[in-house]
Amino acid sequence: MGVKGGARRFFEAWPPLTLLALAWIAAMVIVAFGADLLAPYPFTALDLRARLLPPVFMGGKWAHALGSDELGRDVLSRLIMSIRLSLLIAFFGTIIAAAFGTAMGFVAAHFRGRTEALILMLIDFQASMPFLIIALAVLAFFGNNLALFVMLMGLNSWERYARIARGLTLSANEQGYAAAVRQLGASNMRVYGLHVLPNIASTLIVSMTITFPETILLESGLSFLGLGVQPPLTSLGNMVGYGREYLTRAPWIMLSPAAVIVLSTLSISIVGDWLRDRLDPTLR
Amino acid sequence: MLRYLAGRLLRAILTIFLVITFAFFVLHLSGDPAMMILSADAPPESIKAFRAAWGLDRPLWVQYLSYIVHALQGDLGNSMRDGRPALQLVLERVPATLAITVPAFLLKLVIGIPAGIYAALHRNSLADRLTMMVSVAGFTVPSFVLALVLVLVFSVQLGWLPSAGSDKPASAILPIVTLGVAGAAILARFTRSAMLEVLGQPYIRAASAKGLQWRTVVVHHALPNAAIPTTTIVGFMVGTLIAGAVVVESVFAWPGIGRLLVSSVSNRDLAVVQVILLLVAATMVTSNIIVDFVYGWLDPRLRRGGPRGR
Repeated sequence: MGVKGGARRFFEAWPPLTLLALAWIAAMVIVAFGADLLAPYPFTALDLRARLLPPVFMGGKWAHALGSDELGRDVLSRLIMSIRLSLLIAFFGTIIAAAFGTAMGFVAAHFRGRTEALILMLIDFQASMPFLIIALAVLAFFGNNLALFVMLMGLNSWERYARIARGLTLSANEQGYAAAVRQLGASNMRVYGLHVLPNIASTLIVSMTITFPETILLESGLSFLGLGVQPPLTSLGNMVGYGREYLTRAPWIMLSPAAVIVLSTLSISIVGDWLRDRLDPTLR
Repeated sequence: MLRYLAGRLLRAILTIFLVITFAFFVLHLSGDPAMMILSADAPPESIKAFRAAWGLDRPLWVQYLSYIVHALQGDLGNSMRDGRPALQLVLERVPATLAITVPAFLLKLVIGIPAGIYAALHRNSLADRLTMMVSVAGFTVPSFVLALVLVLVFSVQLGWLPSAGSDKPASAILPIVTLGVAGAAILARFTRSAMLEVLGQPYIRAASAKGLQWRTVVVHHALPNAAIPTTTIVGFMVGTLIAGAVVVESVFAWPGIGRLLVSSVSNRDLAVVQVILLLVAATMVTSNIIVDFVYGWLDPRLRRGGPRGR
């Protein structure tokens, strides 16, 4: 019974689906870091004698395992580079949103009064406009600059963090520990950074597992429309957008990046649900 | 209540004003439309004439004030591409967009809400698990991927439905299904968790403990309470009727607002983009106000209590 009970307890804490999701995320991270080593060809390399080759599972050869596109570029190599760029953008976008939003939440809860009213108004404004529309306007008019694009992705869901941080800080200020540390002479930075932040971190981390897939979807949507990541750089959305032109002749160009988008967002959502149950039962 | 509504209205007007201001400055600070439209190697005289004709040579704040004044009079400028009033250009596209977003919205309601309620009432059943699995897909599959897969199956493989365009009534089916399925999945998830939250409340236990039929408990006690959070998300969906189809319209070459937005953005047709932003903001704000009214109707406490949840 010992071994069996142990296995059961293990799978109760780590459900198989969560393990699969974690494995997929780990694989994506490894691909992102090792992109240069793993890609069989340079992702921009043309090979006009090997155009529109089908992938292995559709009767192709291992030389181009996931097939090749109209210009003879290797789909697998482009996919690996796209994973790296899409993950990077989503990662920094999420970090920016979390940092900026949390800071705004702290500021609102600390100063109250007019500052708080202003921040709440900004939150309402952001929540009441579909962000894709705002992003479209800003992007196409400011041009296609990768740094600006990442910043924009970071602006996508800052209001979620601002709301959470403000609410939790207000209740933390009432709980007395923040006041106690302040009585001891701690600076505001110390109170919020070392005492309030750790107490609300689990909720923020769970929110990040919601923002991350959203950012991937937003980035790929904009890139799909041709208004996100610009060639020669490539992201998952770019690949799907490019593959759309070859939907009838070469569906594999679009299918593999689409599958990676879906599996990645799905995995992060599964891990997020699992984390939420473990860390923060109140969010259920 | 009256004071609360007046406050809401004031906030709504302020939001629209903010959107106008935001649109104006973002679009005007970001580049020179004269260069874009006439191309960079146009003779300097014609660029100058273009600027004078569109008032682009005046100081920015003068342009802004005149924009606001004209906007208040209902004149939102002319398209820089074909010279027609931007408002007219945008409004012409509204019917096409509504032709796919309204049926999609109904599809979301008809599938999403019953599925969510059923899943909550039969928690952990096969139907519940199935609903949740599909609804996770609604969050994680981007609309353009769903759209392309539907095209691949129903247009390319089976040849049943047209893959793009708007010349046949059947052309609307795939866009409607793409929009509706994803939204229904999201709505089902929200409805389910709202119902589960309510079903766990003491008043539900009290209602069934005093001998009420389970059906009565669900219809008269659980559903009205679960309707409150669900209203929020439905309200948001009403707000996206105008601009919720940008990506889907682009995939299916559907001649609606979304495609107009994408093409105007890449043409830098400032006036048209501003009108669309304004229209979207107005729709969102209006639907928010409607949601607030519905809240007051659903939850008598809010009628007296002033602003909710602050």
